[in-house]
Amino acid sequence: MKRFVRLFEALDRTTGTNAKVSAMVEYFREAEPEDAAWAVYFLTGQRLKRLVGTRELREWTGEFSGLPSWLVEDSYEHVGDLAETMALLAPEPDIAPAELPALHHMVEKCIRPLSAMTDEQRRTAVFEQWRHLPGTARFLYNKMITGALRVGVSKRLVTRALAELAGVDPGLTAHRLMGDWQPTPENFRRLLTGEGDHDHATPYPFFLASPLEAEPSTLGSAADWRAEWKWDGIRAQLIRRADETILWSRGEERLDGRFPEIEQAAAGLPDGTVIDGEIMAWRGGGRDEGPLPFSVLQTRIGRKKPGARTLERAPAVLLAFDLLEYQGRDLRACPLDRRLEIMSDMVASAGDAIRISESVAFDRWDELPALRASSRERGVEGLMLKRADSPYRVGRKRGDWWKWKVDPYTFDGILLYAQPGHGRRSGLFTDYTFAVHSGDDLVPVAKAYSGLKQDEIDELDRWIRANTRERFGPVRSVEPVHVFELAFEGIARSGRHKSGIALRFPRIHRWRRDLGVGDADRLEDLERLLADPSAD
Amino acid sequence: MKSDDLLRPDAGGLYCEAGDFWIDPLQPVGRAIVTHAHADHARAGSGDYHTASDNLPILAARIGEGAPHHGHEWGRPFELGDTRVTLFPAGHIFGSSWVRIESDAGTWGVSGDFKRAADPTCPPFHPEPVDVWLTECTFGLPVYRWPAPEQVIDEILQWWRDCRKANRPAVLFCYALGKAQRILAELAGRTDEAVWLHGAMRPLVDAYREAGVAMLPTRLVSEAEKAEKFAGQLVLAPPSAAGSTWMRRFPGHSAGFVSGWMRIRGNRRRRGYDRGFVMSDHADWPALVDTVADMKASRVITIHGNGEALAGYLGARGLQTESWNLRATLADSAKNRPASPA
Repeated sequence: MKRFVRLFEALDRTTGTNAKVSAMVEYFREAEPEDAAWAVYFLTGQRLKRLVGTRELREWTGEFSGLPSWLVEDSYEHVGDLAETMALLAPEPDIAPAELPALHHMVEKCIRPLSAMTDEQRRTAVFEQWRHLPGTARFLYNKMITGALRVGVSKRLVTRALAELAGVDPGLTAHRLMGDWQPTPENFRRLLTGEGDHDHATPYPFFLASPLEAEPSTLGSAADWRAEWKWDGIRAQLIRRADETILWSRGEERLDGRFPEIEQAAAGLPDGTVIDGEIMAWRGGGRDEGPLPFSVLQTRIGRKKPGARTLERAPAVLLAFDLLEYQGRDLRACPLDRRLEIMSDMVASAGDAIRISESVAFDRWDELPALRASSRERGVEGLMLKRADSPYRVGRKRGDWWKWKVDPYTFDGILLYAQPGHGRRSGLFTDYTFAVHSGDDLVPVAKAYSGLKQDEIDELDRWIRANTRERFGPVRSVEPVHVFELAFEGIARSGRHKSGIALRFPRIHRWRRDLGVGDADRLEDLERLLADPSAD
Repeated sequence: MKSDDLLRPDAGGLYCEAGDFWIDPLQPVGRAIVTHAHADHARAGSGDYHTASDNLPILAARIGEGAPHHGHEWGRPFELGDTRVTLFPAGHIFGSSWVRIESDAGTWGVSGDFKRAADPTCPPFHPEPVDVWLTECTFGLPVYRWPAPEQVIDEILQWWRDCRKANRPAVLFCYALGKAQRILAELAGRTDEAVWLHGAMRPLVDAYREAGVAMLPTRLVSEAEKAEKFAGQLVLAPPSAAGSTWMRRFPGHSAGFVSGWMRIRGNRRRRGYDRGFVMSDHADWPALVDTVADMKASRVITIHGNGEALAGYLGARGLQTESWNLRATLADSAKNRPASPA
């Protein structure tokens, strides 16, 4: 792991992406494939099943460092990262080990076996590592046993480094890395050489649209563009190969079994077909017209094997909007119009639960604003604009695909609670809870932690420390003084929230220093949106 | 707080009625004892100042000489009202003291800011027994344990060399009073190359030099040739310069920050520094705990910083502990006093 420790330090010690890429290239070039495979695994954000629970780690940290548990908790609250807190609290080993074990040895021989051990054995095994591993190695060990290793590199950056080393286009490397990539030395070599059999379950990298900030007319001639509704569901890739159906989410998770109606419909597709689309809850399971709100689809998301009642209440469909493979041939370089033409013939052979996401017809750009404005009542997020002759690209490439979303809802809420953030925001009060008026009371309606500038975060942090009313563990209640404008995407009734409503994707728009607490919104203002059929 | 306590929080510092003086007041008062010249301890506008002799030039550079400044030798007691006051080295920065107050109400010690690690710019902290120890608690959590300063200086030197190899300026952010001079003094034993300074650091570096502290030679960035790109050069700048247009002088630079706060990864990452060097002029957790033992105090009061953890920890070990919030007195007194000229 010595090399991996050095790589981590190099990545952690620069904010420049070029420097990060070259550090990774150097590592991948020199490391043993057994180790490099695990490095790819962790750097691309994959994680081992949690082997040690956070509560255990806290208890063991107290025991190992000889500190009372409340002081470990205070420290954790301050640092914002448990693995780091442990590494900082425990005394360094007196004698640094002459050599660190290889990364693959550490993971396969010391970390993975933890899952089969009794509590006592695990404790002994972890203490043993803590006694020997110095500084950064101990921190990385803690990260690996508790979950993800976030080191400030994205999967895209790792892909870039591997592509640079392999001397191929990053799109190709991205494809080789897709799906359920397993950290074996063979797979690592295959990343660089492309040799060997491709798993038939491997999805293509998703092409992601960019937000359109200017008017559509700036895109050129309207005749060169296609418009579609922007669906508010789960982006997914459906693969029909070798008589098997595989469904991938954009987060590269296999959704197999979760949407049996879609898989059933896919059985009618010819072999060697890959469709890009959006999973939506749909009235009548695809026969009727019309999407159901996202909150209905949400009832399906966590269910690995949905029951009959769920399937009936929240029937799902795949709205197909692109065809990436046909008869086993990669179509991604073909123009969009051509891909859609083939797809529309083909989808007819599938069941109801796979529908074409029809184009929105328009002749002139000035027809689009009114269509976009109708998004809420149609239950969509806005419009997608795609260049008619565009290939299907890899990742977020600007120019060919744009999303033109409808403006979010907004309300003015009062800061009521704050708690420290994690990672980059550790130790600062950055996770806020906002309330609105309800009668004479304030009722919390939203939690949000993004949208403020660093100097505003600092200012608010100081203010929160000086104006704390009460503490509940890491959470502090503050004087209701500050008003913020919050944006959100949708609203639904909720029996789990005191307010009776749940807001979707709330985030801070701006600090309304010009408003007093009396100017903030009332719960009734939000409830009114529930009555609005266009709000989910 | 008890009614017969020798000291109580007031004016952002501590007030001693028996001696009619304040320690490190943030608002103008009649008579002030100043432990050291950092802005959160030394403010202009008071009638009269008592401080360590060594601190006189530094204090003058920071707050001017509008009022009488009385210098005192370390370890030599002087009378104020019904109390006997002695200043001892605090090891924090050049001229920094902790304050011992002897009175009928017992012997109290006020730490100001202090550290126990070696520092070539000032004499080490000198412990003396007290009944009550008022301790700073800037880094009052056990996650704060400092590596040996020589190890950190090695890291800084290595980083500077790496920057030289890559032809990049190495911009090192650090506080203009204390930390900058400590680094220049620590580096003086290892190299003789000149270091570039941000203008804000100059008066204090000059003051240290005049006081006889040996440091690396320095040059001002403002006096560099227009074409100077500072490639491979070390530049010291105060943290306030980070992100300012001044930084455009250093194309392709690597940014480091020397501070105890850099012990926490998130602190460094959210400020966007490439490198964090863990070196502080404050006591770390073990030093805070050990110093309480060295002072032989039976009662400990934390001031400056988040002292609740230290108070709780020492309380569980049988000491009488409290946390005082000096800043809170500032808000209270601001309501009752006319606006201060400071």
